[in-house]
Amino acid sequence: MIELEGVGRSFTVRRRTGRLLRREKAVVHAVRDLSFSVAPGEFVGYLGPNGAGKSTTIKMMTGILTPTEGRLRVAGLDPSRRRTVLARRIGVVFGQRTTLWWDLPLRDSFELVRHLYKVDRNTFRQRLDELTELLELTSFLHTPVRQLSLGQRMRGDIAAALLHAPPVLVLDEPTIGLDVVSKAALRAFLSELNAERGTTVLLTTHDLGDVERLCNRVMVIDQGRLSFDGTVEDLRATAPDESSIEDVVARLYTGGGTAAAEPAQQLGSSVAQ
Amino acid sequence: MPAHRRGVVFQLYLRIAGYGFRRHSTYRAAALAGAFTNTIFGVLRAYVLIALWEARPGLGGYDVADAVTFCFLTQAFIGPMQVFGGTLQLAQRVRSGDVAIDLMRPASLQLWTMADDMGRAAYLFLVRSVPPTLVGAALFGITVPDSPWHWSAFGVSFVMGVLVSFGWRYLVALSTCWINDDRGVNALSVILTGFFSGMVLPLNLFPGWLGAFANAAPWAAMVQVPADVYLGTREVWGALAFQGAWAAVLLGLGAFATAGARRKVVIQGG
Repeated sequence: MIELEGVGRSFTVRRRTGRLLRREKAVVHAVRDLSFSVAPGEFVGYLGPNGAGKSTTIKMMTGILTPTEGRLRVAGLDPSRRRTVLARRIGVVFGQRTTLWWDLPLRDSFELVRHLYKVDRNTFRQRLDELTELLELTSFLHTPVRQLSLGQRMRGDIAAALLHAPPVLVLDEPTIGLDVVSKAALRAFLSELNAERGTTVLLTTHDLGDVERLCNRVMVIDQGRLSFDGTVEDLRATAPDESSIEDVVARLYTGGGTAAAEPAQQLGSSVAQ
Repeated sequence: MPAHRRGVVFQLYLRIAGYGFRRHSTYRAAALAGAFTNTIFGVLRAYVLIALWEARPGLGGYDVADAVTFCFLTQAFIGPMQVFGGTLQLAQRVRSGDVAIDLMRPASLQLWTMADDMGRAAYLFLVRSVPPTLVGAALFGITVPDSPWHWSAFGVSFVMGVLVSFGWRYLVALSTCWINDDRGVNALSVILTGFFSGMVLPLNLFPGWLGAFANAAPWAAMVQVPADVYLGTREVWGALAFQGAWAAVLLGLGAFATAGARRKVVIQGG
């Protein structure tokens, strides 16, 4: 469903040097030589410290960012070349951003999604009823989005991403800022979506509870490279003496684990002339 | 594209325009405050222009009634044409990185933004254009087009003015992709638009090369030209062709810039 082969993305940035009006070009590698594939129906956690390249990967998978190296296919398409076709086969949710119309009732944003993805009226009504029930949207379906709580807005965003029934769902930190109850409800929904509809899910998160409860596979990206790929049990096994999953992941991020052999080098300073 | 698909696409953008209209209608207090301000300044400007035209009758080819009409017409353009700078939300979305979501949608960023802005203009026309003009008409008396043909020519010219204004503001907003902040460009845009549109003074009072430049530049298409079409002081087809040409140029540049932004896109944050 998702295939990456040697994918890299570098950005050229101009930096001011000490001398007046002189600038030098520098190349920053946000992602380099990234290869993995996700089979249909998998629920994959995509972890990594801030600035590791998670969002860059997602932007390449959705086609809004073109990789500078390598090959990438999502739902059988080359994302950057077939962006609009792909958009109909993929759902994307950013926990820190929203696709909903801030000043209008939630229901109106859904109606626009129907027109945007050309979903016919009956199918739309059926899906909306289903999502309304599963995500418990009834009480605020007609409330302007700006009046929703974060948990409500998040559920609204997830519904909006699923109204065209995409076979792939990409979630970028969907549980950020949610309280324990909202989190649990969201996890139950995602788990059901994956188990019953077979929707392939790729999830980035800093909440390891999400990973433990949802993902049958975990990938860790660090400094733009994949540093771990396996099950949650495999992940624990990288640091058998650590008791909590947080500590296991912390060791992986800080290079204490076996997987990260490279000298620690933060993205911001990994500048090649 | 087959006709039925074109119909579906048109429906999408029509709906977005409707949402733009409703979105702005939620800021009712702001719109009413704007209408009030437009009216008060309209009255002040009217007195200034009356004094000017009484001292210099026939200046720029206008008589006193034309000048007063010009005053209230241009006050009516402030909202829909965003003469005193109205940034598109797009600029803020580029700054914050929210534009990532807009770029993912299977729709044109430019048409989407344009539809939203047309909805805004339609709402502001009703709230900020009509009432001040009526007040002006009641207080000073203004001239009115004499035929349905003349009215419809003005209608088309008005919409073209909004399109040119959008085309310009879209470029200003998209510049954020390259310079990270739109405040400087925006301040410049406000000055250029205010001065060269005919908002501050009718462009036919500008002398020599300055007048020639102002009358040829895109900002004239936002205020001076539709006002002239209303007053009947400019040949209609020439006026519409001028506006159409600038709309085409600016929207074309906008499409070009959108493609460039997609290629270079460095989406900020997260």
